[in-house]
Amino acid sequence: MPVLTEDRRDIITPPPVLPGHGGGGGSGDSRAFPVSKYQIALWIVLTTIVMLFAGLTSAYIVLRGVPAWQNIELPSMLWPNTVVLFLSSIAIEFSRRAVRKNHLQAMKTWLALSGILGLGFIGGQIAAWRQLVNAGVYLPSTLQSSFFYLLTGLHGLHLMGGIVALSFVFYRALSNRLTAFNHEPLKLCATYWHVMDALWIYLFLLLLLS
Amino acid sequence: MDDAHAAEHHHPQLGFWRKYVFSTDHKIIGIQYLITAMAMAIVGGLLSMLMRYQLAWPTSLSPIMAKIFPVAFSGGIMEPGFYISLVTMHGTIMVFFLFTAVLTGGFGNFLIPLQIGARDMAFPFLNALSYWVFLLSCIVIFSALFVTSGAPMGGWTAYAPLSAVPQAAPGQATGMTLWITAIALFTASGLMGGLNYVTTILTMRTRGMSMMRLPLTQWSLLITAILGLLAFPVLLAAGILLLFDRMGGTSFFLPAGIIMNQMPLAGHAGGHPLLWQHLFWFFGHPEVYIVILPAMGMASDILSTFCRKPIFSYRMMVYSMVAIAALSFVVWGHHMFVSGMSPFLGSVFTLTTLLIAVPSAIKTFNWLGTVWGARIRFTAAGLFALGFVSLFVSGGISGIFLGTSAADIQLQDTYFIVAHFHLVMAIAPLFAAFGGLYFWFPKMFGRFMNETLGKLHFWLSFTGVYAVFFPMHVLGIGGQMRRIYDPTQYMFLVPQQPVNVFISIAAFILGASQLIFLFNFFGSIFGGRRVTEYNPWHATTLEWSVPSPPGHGNFGVELPTVHRWAFDFAVPGEKEDFIPQTVPATVQAKH
Amino acid sequence: MADGNGPGRVTLSGVVLAFLILILILASLYLFIAKPYWFPTLASVHGESIDSLFGVVLIVSGIAFVVVQGLLGFFIARYGQNGSERAAYWHDNPRAEAILLIGTAVILTVLVFMGQRVWASFYFTDAPADALVVQVTGEQFAWNFHYPGPDGAFGRTDNSLITATNTIGLDRNDPPAKDDILVIGQMHMVADRPVKVRLRSKDVIHSFFLPNLRVKQDAVPGMGIEIWFVPNKSGAYEIACAELCGLGHYRMKGALTIDASQADFDNWYKEQLAQQ
Repeated sequence: MPVLTEDRRDIITPPPVLPGHGGGGGSGDSRAFPVSKYQIALWIVLTTIVMLFAGLTSAYIVLRGVPAWQNIELPSMLWPNTVVLFLSSIAIEFSRRAVRKNHLQAMKTWLALSGILGLGFIGGQIAAWRQLVNAGVYLPSTLQSSFFYLLTGLHGLHLMGGIVALSFVFYRALSNRLTAFNHEPLKLCATYWHVMDALWIYLFLLLLLS
Repeated sequence: MDDAHAAEHHHPQLGFWRKYVFSTDHKIIGIQYLITAMAMAIVGGLLSMLMRYQLAWPTSLSPIMAKIFPVAFSGGIMEPGFYISLVTMHGTIMVFFLFTAVLTGGFGNFLIPLQIGARDMAFPFLNALSYWVFLLSCIVIFSALFVTSGAPMGGWTAYAPLSAVPQAAPGQATGMTLWITAIALFTASGLMGGLNYVTTILTMRTRGMSMMRLPLTQWSLLITAILGLLAFPVLLAAGILLLFDRMGGTSFFLPAGIIMNQMPLAGHAGGHPLLWQHLFWFFGHPEVYIVILPAMGMASDILSTFCRKPIFSYRMMVYSMVAIAALSFVVWGHHMFVSGMSPFLGSVFTLTTLLIAVPSAIKTFNWLGTVWGARIRFTAAGLFALGFVSLFVSGGISGIFLGTSAADIQLQDTYFIVAHFHLVMAIAPLFAAFGGLYFWFPKMFGRFMNETLGKLHFWLSFTGVYAVFFPMHVLGIGGQMRRIYDPTQYMFLVPQQPVNVFISIAAFILGASQLIFLFNFFGSIFGGRRVTEYNPWHATTLEWSVPSPPGHGNFGVELPTVHRWAFDFAVPGEKEDFIPQTVPATVQAKH
Repeated sequence: MADGNGPGRVTLSGVVLAFLILILILASLYLFIAKPYWFPTLASVHGESIDSLFGVVLIVSGIAFVVVQGLLGFFIARYGQNGSERAAYWHDNPRAEAILLIGTAVILTVLVFMGQRVWASFYFTDAPADALVVQVTGEQFAWNFHYPGPDGAFGRTDNSLITATNTIGLDRNDPPAKDDILVIGQMHMVADRPVKVRLRSKDVIHSFFLPNLRVKQDAVPGMGIEIWFVPNKSGAYEIACAELCGLGHYRMKGALTIDASQADFDNWYKEQLAQQ
């Protein structure tokens, strides 16, 4: 029988959970590191997302210079949609400020609003795609249309990931597990959300200013 | 032991499946990675044996081969398409599914919490998930070998348009799609792992384990993980663009006017094949450092242990790894000197490439400095660490020829390149991995591997790898191109065909001698001599302060406290010739 | 375990490993000095500067190789452990490191500059006006050579005109094209006369490789890449493809003839003209 882990040591009691830094840093080991592991994990995730879009951006910039490049008319839906996403970012920020002052009801309301606006943005993006299709502009039509569908699609997917995270946070909020001193999930979700908003504005400008 | 009984209620006995298969324990996950990567190594190695058979005797009929592979060897001679599929799959499997997986996935997972003094990774469930996604990616790439239209044929580098147009070659249809899928899954697995490693090493070091007290293995794993997090998403971006070109009718890499199989490829315009190369190599060059850096870290620690002497200039070893990692992002164009890229860029990349040789040279001097004045214990692990140094020197020096862009004109896409990257990216890391396996096997399984067989394995392998790969430099100088199914088609290559035969025979012997290792490894898991002490090698790092194998939670009730760096060997005035990191500083607290 | 300070012991393992490293050094010296197999016969002006650059790098890196591997082998043999000896505890020498670092950087910088001069001589200088211009188009799996006719002008090509015999789609109705020469798999040039090649591809990336001339350039679809060189040794050579391009990559070869004189070339040229 392969001896892989001896059960003799299953009898160890993990050390007691120390009051975490910013709510839950590490698995209970005493940590001198000033940043929680969830925060580090979030920044790493954001870095990889940025690198993904950086790679796509460099492809965009390279191909922007070829003679065969043709600009498409960006669907009008994108303008109001950008406002919607921006408002959802404001909403989640208000939610975070509310929880810091322990206004739990306001936190929940703003959070819900943010989620709804986020979903609204996704719906708006789908509507924008519809606008393009109706104008006869499809994925392979021109280089810029290919990038348009690709970039907005990928951004939308990542935002939907954020919506899923937001719904988990919302569930926690509803079960009253978020307090003024213990609301790291909301903080992290808000950061992710803001970055997704900034990413959208960046992509929109990239498409617009070509 | 009242605590013991109390805790038993906290941790109910896990069943076989939860404990050994679907475990979230980093040690199990690490071993899972190791064994899976070994299986992929066997596949990749067998593919290369077939390649060497073809290269040595390209026109000989073989009824036996025709019997074993009726489709690939129809008529007794290998099909050209089969050959370039072998090349593609061998490279893909080895680079990703063996080397990246075994070093970062296998050793990284097993060692990180142990060496930094943590009970497990920061996110154990995510860790397990990364393994299962990795396994899935292995299954997908393996399945590409059995596709009826052929396994992918674009080389592991998958240059467009060959990879972007399904009808460009038989294997480029379903086979290529499976390739992209497998790589995407592998990327996902790697990113999950990298996230865990960085978070764990940064936030979960035990008390006293400052960054500059980390073993070099840990530094290398941290830096490698950061490299991966920055580089792999760009590969993913490239893969997405490629997928859309293949299936969505887009033209990211496809210009207008392509004629494929006598027919114009309609509907494409504006794309640029070089864009693929830029994106791929922006990832690809950091990737080779993702392979070599953990090897350097591990080899350094193992070397120091068996030299019974501190690693020479630990500080510079750390700085040089950081420098190598940073520079690795600005050298990618040296893969593209003759690609049609602007010659001005070529000049820039020559400068940066030769610059990156400097920190690598520093590391080599430091390894020499470690062996100088040492008292070497020639265990199997120690031998492989020494072999690593020699191989890295050989492989690194051939890189100088290739970095000078003008010389690269003649050598690009020849066997000189093949020799260079095998020595430096495959064989040197392989030796570091072997060293790591012999070294940490007792800690992983509570048994020793057989030392005599281990040494035999080393002598045969060290001789074998040089016999196989050193002559390839000469083949490349003579002009033999890469990925060539039959070199004898060219009159100017026929005179050096004996070298190909020599290499192939050496390769068969080298391949066969790996069976000794496999027999030793798996046999010792079940029947090896049991380890009775925590620290059989008299090493200094934290994993040697716990039982072999460590229990769940790694350390006892209390986590260890670290009082010194990992290299207190042969400290003057000390009773023992080594001081573990956990021993308080009574004599010297210099580090 | 160890408490003494005895000298390093010569051990069997150490000696065997050092011996293997010695064999490595001797084998490499043999391969790179006696040169039983070496570069193909040189046949171009640029090629000479490449070969001599290679030679310089070979000497520098050869010395480094022998010294480093040699030291490694020597230390391995000399510093074994056979009992209770202790290693030396020193593990830092900032001055030595600085010297080695700067020394390495200086040597490599010199190599960079030497290499750049050669690089610039190919890519940052224009072909002379009297160069023979040839349009080379790679395809799966052959090299197509398009010479301008006696009028010295290239005719227009159009992909829609490609047929089995007109592999590059030369528009014979275009006035300059009437006298153009299309040859598959065969290339001629004249010794000591510069040649300018315009490289294209019909399908995937190929690489135009003239081993004897030390010429290599990828042919990329969608790009027209120009290179130039001066052949200087008449004879019959081979052309190869150096970038994996599909099933027939291994047989994508061509025949290169460097004619000893313009007259010889003109003979071939007239022959081809007659066959168009």
